[in-house]
Amino acid sequence: MLKHAYSNGMKEIIRVEKLRREFIVGGEKVKALRGVSFTIREGEFVTIMGTSGSGKSTLLNILGCLDTPTSGEYWLDGVSVQSMSKNQRAVTRNRKIGFVFQNYNLLPKTTAIENVELPLLYNPSVGARERREMAIKALEAVGLGSRLNHKSNQMSGGQQQRVAIARALVNDPVIILADEATGNLDTRTSFSILTLFQELHAKGRTIIFVTHNPELAEYSSRNIVLRDGKVVSDTCNDFPASAREAYENLPKEND
Amino acid sequence: MNIANLLKIALKALNNNKLRCFLTMLGIIIGVASVITMLAIGQGSKNSIKAQISEMGSNMIMIHPGSMQRGGVRQSADDMKSLEVSDYEALQTLPGIAAISPSVNSSGQLVNGNNNYPSTIYGVTPDYLDIRKLKVKEGAMFTEHDIKSAAKVCILGKTVVDNLFPNGEDPVGRVIRFGKIPLTVVGVLESKGTNSMGMDQDDVVIAPYTTVMKRILAIDYIQGIFASAVDENRTEETIDRITEMLRRRHKIQPGADDDFDIRSQQELSQMMNSTSDMMTVLLACIAGISLLVGGIGIMNIMYVSVTERTREIGLRMSIGARGIDILSQFLIEAVIISVSGGVIGILVGCLATWLVNVIAHWPVYIQMYSVLLSFAVCTVTGIFFGWYPAKKAAGLDPIEAIRYE
Repeated sequence: MLKHAYSNGMKEIIRVEKLRREFIVGGEKVKALRGVSFTIREGEFVTIMGTSGSGKSTLLNILGCLDTPTSGEYWLDGVSVQSMSKNQRAVTRNRKIGFVFQNYNLLPKTTAIENVELPLLYNPSVGARERREMAIKALEAVGLGSRLNHKSNQMSGGQQQRVAIARALVNDPVIILADEATGNLDTRTSFSILTLFQELHAKGRTIIFVTHNPELAEYSSRNIVLRDGKVVSDTCNDFPASAREAYENLPKEND
Repeated sequence: MNIANLLKIALKALNNNKLRCFLTMLGIIIGVASVITMLAIGQGSKNSIKAQISEMGSNMIMIHPGSMQRGGVRQSADDMKSLEVSDYEALQTLPGIAAISPSVNSSGQLVNGNNNYPSTIYGVTPDYLDIRKLKVKEGAMFTEHDIKSAAKVCILGKTVVDNLFPNGEDPVGRVIRFGKIPLTVVGVLESKGTNSMGMDQDDVVIAPYTTVMKRILAIDYIQGIFASAVDENRTEETIDRITEMLRRRHKIQPGADDDFDIRSQQELSQMMNSTSDMMTVLLACIAGISLLVGGIGIMNIMYVSVTERTREIGLRMSIGARGIDILSQFLIEAVIISVSGGVIGILVGCLATWLVNVIAHWPVYIQMYSVLLSFAVCTVTGIFFGWYPAKKAAGLDPIEAIRYE
């Protein structure tokens, strides 16, 4: 039996049961997921780990409401995603999910604040002034309060990823899905981004961090390992290592 | 997603690609501007023809001897002597005719002292002034009495006056010569300028028809009859009456060809209008094709844009844009290009029209409908040619689009 640190009364954010996903590639059936089940509760920082081909990207797409499973059940924030139409899933992505991608995916030639405002533009209940205020708040939360009007091509990789995280935060989502969010960054910047994720986690955010890098597991509160479309281990880490300390202990770049 | 947000997103995207956006727009600008200019030129020439014709007398009827076959040989209409003074006198009594005048003319040299000038002398009655909408500016028209006595008098047009009296003397009362015939100038016509075919309407000398017939040409037939119907709308029936009377007088068998030819200004105006209509349609077609090419340009660029921005589309979808949001965004981008191209095109078209008028002195007239039409067409063009690229964008799979390289 698994003992979860946050299982005592915390709300269920994600519940998946016997998820299966099959693709037809070149006439052959490829089973990407072969019955994945787990529950993620509010306030968890989960790393999902696996080598390429383990099915982690497929799982992420399903969790992010971009894809639907061939069979199995998925409840997000108590609502079954199975029964949703394409447009309803789009609205769900807009209101309940924040995505962070490996290659940031910021709009080119666009300021930080405009990039962060983007999800709110697709939410008609948010007015122009409110939108701007929320975007500024999100950028301040990632430490970019002084770079509101910098354009995406005028920023470093780490700054761009911070803008992307602010964009994921701006709609106050129930879950943040990060897909190899540190994959394009050097070690120092990776740890600074990881520190940011830990800070957000400390403020109560629920985060799923998908990665192939096994070192990152020690910084999360729970680690799920996928192999060949199945969960092979699901362990809790009650005392995650501090990314900030790791960052400060890194040798300073001299050359 | 509300329309203000859509507009904001579309404008932002266009702003990121200003040059490309402008070049795409250029196709529409040229298309719309040429439609407007071509239609303005077409309508301008039509209007000027109409004005010219009504200046010449819109209810004028012209009767000329018709060509006829004689022993199997078709004769030239000029050789015919089928109209006589008695025909003119008979037609005078016909109802529906407001004014009528016989016409004989002769070309020759006019001489006044050292100055001479080649012109044409028209032998007519005073009614001729009403029919051709002419006015005597100085002096007076000759009288019925002058006609009876074949008086050696004449009225001069402005061009003739300018050439015979270059120093600005008053021609009224002076004696000039037409060939060897001395004629006393009794009046000068008001200037009418050139007509739509470029003919100088002031290059004219008017004299009693009897004078021209007897003293200059020495003939006993007339070369034509000018008449005017009491009403423009009754021209047709008046022509029918004239035809009937002349056939009876000339003893033409039923079924045989007329030995005369009747034309009205209406026919002339219809003929000239149909020519200018054809030109207008032709010009508009060419202009329309350039608008079409402009539309295809939009489609082309939008396709490129969709491919280029696949990742952006994937991102928008993953943060919650629905298919309809993406479709609207690209459609609005296409419509913004075409509508602003249309507005600029209208301005450029008006400017080009004005230049045509100022530089080439062509008559132009911009009709409201041509502006509205080209504007509507280019909006529709934007929607039509923007639809397929926008549809393609909206149909992208977000999972693949977000990882597109």
